[in-house]
Parts: sequence; structure tokens; C-alpha cells
Amino acid sequence: MGKNGKVRGFLGKNIVPLLFACFCAVGVYYSGTGIPTILSDLVNRFDRNALLVLSLILPVISGMGLNFGIVLGAMSGQVGLILVSIWKIQGLPAILIAMLIAMVVASFCGFLAGKMLNQTKGQEMITSMILGFFANGIYQFIFLFIAGGVIKFSSDLLLSSGIGIKNTIALDSMQYALDDIKIFGVSTKVDLFTAMMFFGALFLLYYLFRVLVKKNREKKYRIRLGISAALIVAGAVGYNLPALVMYKMMVRVPIPTYLVIIGVCILIQAFMKTKLGQDMRAVGHDRKVAASAGIRVDKVRIQAIILSTVIAALGQIIFYQNLGTMDTYYGHEKVGTYCVAAILIGGASVQKATIGQAILGTLLFHLLFNVSPLAAQNMFSNSMVGGYFRMVACYGIIAVALILHAWRSRVDRKKKSEEV
Amino acid sequence: METVKKRMHQLGLPRIIIIAFIILIFIGAFLQGQDMKQLVSDSLVRFGMNLIFALAMMPAILSGIGLNMGLAIGIVCGLFGGLVSIEMGLTSWVGIACASLIALVIGSAVGVLYGRILNGVKGSEMLIGNYLGYAVVYLLCMFWFIAPFKNPAIIWPMGGDGVRSTVTLSGYYEHVLNNFLSFQIGGVTIPTGLFLFVFGICWIIRIFCKSKVGVTLQAAGDNPEYANSSGIHVNRCRIIGASLSTALGALGIVVYAQSYGFYSMYEAPLTMSFTPMAAVLLGGATMKKVSVWHAIIGTLLFQTMLTAALPVANMLLPDGNLSEVFRIIVSNGIILYALSQAGGER
Repeated sequence: MGKNGKVRGFLGKNIVPLLFACFCAVGVYYSGTGIPTILSDLVNRFDRNALLVLSLILPVISGMGLNFGIVLGAMSGQVGLILVSIWKIQGLPAILIAMLIAMVVASFCGFLAGKMLNQTKGQEMITSMILGFFANGIYQFIFLFIAGGVIKFSSDLLLSSGIGIKNTIALDSMQYALDDIKIFGVSTKVDLFTAMMFFGALFLLYYLFRVLVKKNREKKYRIRLGISAALIVAGAVGYNLPALVMYKMMVRVPIPTYLVIIGVCILIQAFMKTKLGQDMRAVGHDRKVAASAGIRVDKVRIQAIILSTVIAALGQIIFYQNLGTMDTYYGHEKVGTYCVAAILIGGASVQKATIGQAILGTLLFHLLFNVSPLAAQNMFSNSMVGGYFRMVACYGIIAVALILHAWRSRVDRKKKSEEV
Repeated sequence: METVKKRMHQLGLPRIIIIAFIILIFIGAFLQGQDMKQLVSDSLVRFGMNLIFALAMMPAILSGIGLNMGLAIGIVCGLFGGLVSIEMGLTSWVGIACASLIALVIGSAVGVLYGRILNGVKGSEMLIGNYLGYAVVYLLCMFWFIAPFKNPAIIWPMGGDGVRSTVTLSGYYEHVLNNFLSFQIGGVTIPTGLFLFVFGICWIIRIFCKSKVGVTLQAAGDNPEYANSSGIHVNRCRIIGASLSTALGALGIVVYAQSYGFYSMYEAPLTMSFTPMAAVLLGGATMKKVSVWHAIIGTLLFQTMLTAALPVANMLLPDGNLSEVFRIIVSNGIILYALSQAGGER
């Protein structure tokens, strides 16, 4: 393959992220907002949404497509937050207990969802979407009518009539409880350059460990070692450069949450090397072959959905500890759609999704989300058009990705049947 | 006893549950002292104005596409037709006729395009239809903002440009069909014109199903491989199905709006495809089989339940929208039930 072919191959593979990167660039230019402001917002949005998007990966690998049912996970997360709010637990313990509750609820919901999806093989995505809507109805029924109506209790979370939970819940004591853990009174929400140095040092140690102790002397590790070192240097230089003082002042990186996100990425990576992870990959590749190799396909599929739902539940709790107020009845509704759009923008497809695509997609999607109203305000003198544009982009990308997938798999099937 | 059991089996579990629920609601309404005559009148009107949406599901299911989750595409075509008729200042019968005509023409044209896309994605029509529908609705949202309409009844009262979020039909063709030849029996108003119109559409669809095109359409939907080998253009049949479905959706919103009194613009069409889907399934249709009766019975049951549940639930619990929650649970529950009954691949 010549150089030209390589370029074309790269373009062909990454056309979607590249296209959206262009949209983002135009949006950033026309929004007329300073880069520090945009970056500060993006850091927060990534903090809020990364785990939710990462939760989509395992079902894709297991061949169940994009799990719109992570809405169930988001609801489980909110159940945890509502309960700790009623019990008046505060701060970091509240978040941790909410996470524990959410994981239990999410496992149960994920189990039921997995059972349902096994009944409708080949139609998992539409089923998971409708399942999300259905569960939303049940959720509303429980928290609008059962809470306070059937199960009587008194709490300032209830509406004035005593029946039903309020539309918005203030999580004041929990806000930034994870983002900004105080270690001996020292804030862990640091400025951009300190964060760069911190993560640079972290990666440097990790890759040094790989190179020196594990003797992985491959080229890619040496390159990554170099990048980590460069990150530290760039951080140190930026920290002392007066020209970049705006970045230092405005962009605050919540180190603990980012560590959690990195941790989940590493866990997913490690999980894929375990027996269960390999089974998931086999099931995703071909159910029949996997079944004949002695893998219990239905069980593996249920496990994939349970894990996905649990990660989404944790993601939703992190989302609200950053935001600080919870939208009880609409906060989870669009989670599935937004996250699916994000991972698709990152270049994933119905059959293949990686951690890198999830992260890139989250960044691009939320950058576009952030700048499009202002950009449209300046381009068409109407900010609503921008709001609608991002919805068109969001739903359009899902539709196009699904069409491409369905079209490709039909062509593949035709080829297969012709070979036979 | 045996015959009762057999009848119950014929009726099917979902219908038994819903009928029991409706009876319960009406007993509740009676005990609460609600205006029963008004309740029945409202149910009848709601049934009439929603029936065409349910009928729109028929061509799609018969031609093998399955439930048309992209019905919103047809609805926005109808909205456009409606706005054009108002822009031209047409009122009463001329207005609604013009709106319907434009809606049908644009709807069937767009439906052909939609059908072509769905032909490329056999097996995932529902999911893709849904997201195409959403994308089109938001695309049209952008269009409504910059659309060059001039009639002050359409554009925002202040600031000039763009379509307002609800366009009222009073003074144009509000209740034209509802009031035509309408009469009262024992305090219950019968919207004769509306019924004549929607049952007329039912009759036309029945005739269509028995015509040559209709029979080929059903053959193509029933068993595509067999139909293909016996010389039927399956893809063409599916395009006809999608086109008819979209056109009926477009006509549906015009009829709906003349009864409702408003065209709801912008994001309103997003959720409108779920109720008719649930209605035909409730009426006894499956992902593969449907008849006019399924649409009629399903819409009657579902709309009666929704209409009657609203005042009863509001009196029971003034805060919170209990009947809306029921709508979400019942409509998505029945779609889930149908999906699981259709069975997956092995």
C-alpha cells in the first residue's frame, strides 16, 4: 500500500470523527467564546459523561449492539441518590452508599433486561430502547405515586401534598464530594497544568514499570514514555507561563473522578483478557460457534448487560455529584440516546467499540453540544437553531450509523450465501 | 363454561386486562360523580381523531416493514400541508381539503424515499425508522424557524420570523368534520362527520386490501422469499407500503388537528407514533398480521382508557400526571410484549 493508499485508508476508517472534529472547529470559531472557557466546560462535561459512554462497550463486544437500556442503569443510580437524600446522609459517604445501592438495583434491572433481550435476539437495540421507555414509566409510577402514597414517610423531598418526590432534588452536600475530596485539607480539584503534571507522572511511572520491570521494549511503549514525559514538561512550562494564566485560573480538573474513569478503563481492558471477557468476544463474533464450543451464550449475554447497567449506574451518580441538582424525572431519559450518539461520533459501530472511541466520542460530542447554540446565535442570529442542530446531529448520526451497519451486514450475508 | 373460556382465549390477555381496567375506571368515574356523558363524548372524539394514525400502521405491517416507528415523518408532511393551507387563507371545507391534499401528495412522495431507505436495512426497520423520524422532526424544527410564512396566524406574534409553537385553527377549519351533521343521543354528542370520514378511510383500506395491488402487497409481506420467486417485486411492494403509511400519517395529523383545534409544531410529533403502535397491537395485531378491525378495536380501547383515566386520576391525585404515566407504561409494555412474542433468532 502506497502513502496515498494509507492516507485514504486512514480517512475512510476515521471519517466520522474527522467530520465531527471539523464541525467542532467551525463551532468553536463562530461561538466567539474564549478557549479557556470552552475547555473548562469540556473538562466538566467529560467528568460527567465518560463512564456512561464507557458502559456501552461490553454489550457491543458481546454482539448485542448499542445498549439503549443503559437508561435503566441511570435510573438505578438515581434511586441510590434519592435514598441517601431521604436518609440525609452527607458528603462522600452519601455518594459511596448511593453507589452501593445503585449497583444492587442495577444488577437486578440488568438481569431482567438481559432476560428480555435473550427473548428478542436480533432485535436487541429496539427492545432495549423500548425497555428504557417502559422502565421510565415504572420509575415515574414508583416515585410519583408509591413514594408517599402507598409507602408513607415524611421527608422534605416529598411534594407539598405528601405524595411523590419533588421534580428536582438539591444534592448540596454531595456536590463535588468525589470531584474534590479533601486530603488533609488539600483540595484535589487542581488547575489544568498541575493535573497535566500529575497524570504525566502517573503514566510515566506506569510505562517505566512496563519497560524496566516487565521488559516490554516495544516501540509503542517507548513512544508513550516520551509522551508522558512531554506532558510533565508541558505542564511545568504552562504553569509558569504568564500568557497562559487564564487557563490556569479557569480550568479546574477533578483528579479523583478522572482517576475513577481511568480505573474503569483499565478494568474493562483487563476484563477482556479474562475467561468471561473472551467468552463475550466469542459470543459477539458468532453465537452458534460459541454455543458449540460450550459457552453458555444466554448467560454470557445477561452478564454483559448487567455489567453495562452497573457501570452506567455509577456514571449517573458521578454525573449528579458534579452537577449538584438532580432532575428526578427527566435526568435519565435521554442518557441512552446521547451516549450512543457520542460513542458513534467517536468512530464506533454496532459491532465494534473501543475505549479510545468512547473517550474521543465523549469529547467531540460534548464540545459540539457546548458550542453549537452560541455558534448558531452568531451565524443565524438565533440560538434555538443551534439547539436543534445538535439534536439533528445527534439523531442523524445514530440513524446513519445504523443504516450503514444494516446495509453492510446485508451485503456480508449476501456474499456468504453466494459462497455457499 | 367451555365457550366462555374459548371466548376469553380468543380475546387475548392484553385486551382482557385493558377492558377490565376500563370498566374499573368507569366505575371509579361514576362513584366520583364525574360527568359520564361528557366522558363518553370525549372518548368518541378521541377515538375518531386518532384512528387514522392507527390505520397508518396497516400498510407498513402488511407489506412486511413491521410497525412504522417513523410515522413522525408523515406527521411533519401533514403539518407542512396544514400550514400551507392556512398561509393561503383557505377556510372551512376548502381549507381542510387543500391541507389534506397537500399532506397526501407530499406524504406519499416522502414515503417513497423512506421506503427506499428501509429496503436497504431489512431487519432493523423499526429502530432505523425511529431515529430517522427523530432526525427529520428536528431538521424540520430548524426549518420552521426560517420558513418564509407570512400569515400572522402562523408566525410568532412578536419578532416576526418563524412558525409559532401552536398554530390555532379557529377561524380556519377547527371542528369542520366534528360538527358536520353531529347530533346528541341522551346527552352524548356523536361527531358524525368525523366518523363518516374515518370509517370512509377504513372502507377504502379494506377495498385496497382486496384489490390486486393489496393482495400482492400482503403476499410480499407474508413470505418475501416465496413472493420473490413467484415474480412479485417485494421491494416495490414495501415502498408502496411505506408510502401509503406515511401519507396516512400526514392525513392523520390534519384530521387530528381539526378536532384538537391546533397544529402543535416543533417537537410535538416526536412521541406521536407510540400511541397508534400500541393501539393496533392492543387491538390484536402482531408484527406480521393486522386488519382494519384491529386498528378500530385497539384505538377505541386505548383512547377510551386514556380519556376516561385522565379526570378520574386527577381527582384521585391532583398532583402528578397519573394518566400520562399509565400511557407510558401501557403503550411501551404492549410494544415490548409484541416484540417478545415475535421471538428472536436462535
